[in-house]
Amino acid sequence: MKKVAQNMGFGLKDLPGASCCPAPGVFKSFDQATWLTLAARNLVIAEAVGADIVTMCNGCYSTLRETNKVLKDDSGKRSEVNEILKPFDKEFKGTINVKHLLEVLYSDIGLEKMKGMVKKPLNLKIAVHYGCHIVKPTKERENIKSAERPKFFDELVEVLGAKSIPYKDKMTCCGAGGGVRTAYLDTALDMTREKLENAREVGADCIVTPCAFCHLQLDRGQIEIRDRTGTSFNMPILHYIQLLGLAIGLKPEELGLFNNAVPVDSVLEKIGK
Amino acid sequence: MSEKLKPPIQIDKMDKEFLDTIIKAGAEKINVCIQCGTCTSSCPSGRRTAFRTRQLMRKGLLGLKDEILSDKDLWLCTTCYTCLERCPRGVDPTDIILAMRRMAVQAGNMLDPHKRVAGLVIKFGHAVPIDEATRKLRTTMGLGENPPTVHAFPEALKEVQEIIKKKGFDKLVCYEWR
Repeated sequence: MKKVAQNMGFGLKDLPGASCCPAPGVFKSFDQATWLTLAARNLVIAEAVGADIVTMCNGCYSTLRETNKVLKDDSGKRSEVNEILKPFDKEFKGTINVKHLLEVLYSDIGLEKMKGMVKKPLNLKIAVHYGCHIVKPTKERENIKSAERPKFFDELVEVLGAKSIPYKDKMTCCGAGGGVRTAYLDTALDMTREKLENAREVGADCIVTPCAFCHLQLDRGQIEIRDRTGTSFNMPILHYIQLLGLAIGLKPEELGLFNNAVPVDSVLEKIGK
Repeated sequence: MSEKLKPPIQIDKMDKEFLDTIIKAGAEKINVCIQCGTCTSSCPSGRRTAFRTRQLMRKGLLGLKDEILSDKDLWLCTTCYTCLERCPRGVDPTDIILAMRRMAVQAGNMLDPHKRVAGLVIKFGHAVPIDEATRKLRTTMGLGENPPTVHAFPEALKEVQEIIKKKGFDKLVCYEWR
């Protein structure tokens, strides 16, 4: 992400000492107060750094955005949390915002500017996978009226020269969230399998997602599916940041593409690298 | 018709207080559920398992405490929020499921794999902690071995652990400090 940001002209600062956001599906299922407090701690670190948080994981986005809002709006919860954080010289003040990478690109930088930064239009047919928590619950998300047919991520993919192709159950969950990957991996993988089949059916060159956890599930999940069922989908899974990096002229090795679980060679060949 | 009939619900299994407890725990909207089934039909888990969102809401309304809190299927929800988005009555089933889960955990019914993941956050500060392979990968890409998170700042990890102890989270998830 740092390399891409550098190339696109926005600065990234570290969040020293940050922890797990903590993961919304699991932690909200165990204890809400702990979830809120650990998230607050991360938010306070950002306040100290003096910058908005940007994340490339839908789950982290969900946790940090929602807790930021709760703590800004609910003085009771805020005092409770600040009581716990006091011994560490930390206090939630509500001075920063939480953004998803896609929000920064779409709203702060904008499609026009991004088009100008594309050095290498990507000639790819892409099955775009939004994931769940970047759009839902819509009542907790700015500017998203409906989670059924959002367009912004498709636009961000197409501004890079690629084509976002329609496929069955495009907005359906990858299967990882809510602790399901942890406790019921086979069920999670079955949801993944269905998504992979649907993408394959329309001849997608790859699936692109803006969520690090979906990426893990769809990418590593293919190895797990192969080990369990013998089926190999060989469907490259790219995080949007990797796709963006390729389009602005960065090298595959700079983007960790050779460490994806499923080889991305077919994608690299198609775009001519 | 040789279908086996489901046993009728016993009145003594219906706990009126339980419904109130669920509502207080964050499930205010459960009372407006009309059992239309939009939730179940939208559910990606329900499509491939025995998990039935609609039925879970019904069980909540009937106050079937023991059944809900000991239900292993309660943990099949991926929190994708599709049911919440589509519910025509605004019941917010996802939030209700999360509230039920928290009550199940309070009652001591937490699945072992979840205890393990909670343990990872307590021990390392991350649900997906770094490993040797990733450390090597980071160095080949010109990054420091550890990301600048609790992984690189032991004092920060201690802070996280102090918070966890204060909230009693370690006891809740049966974490053993060694």
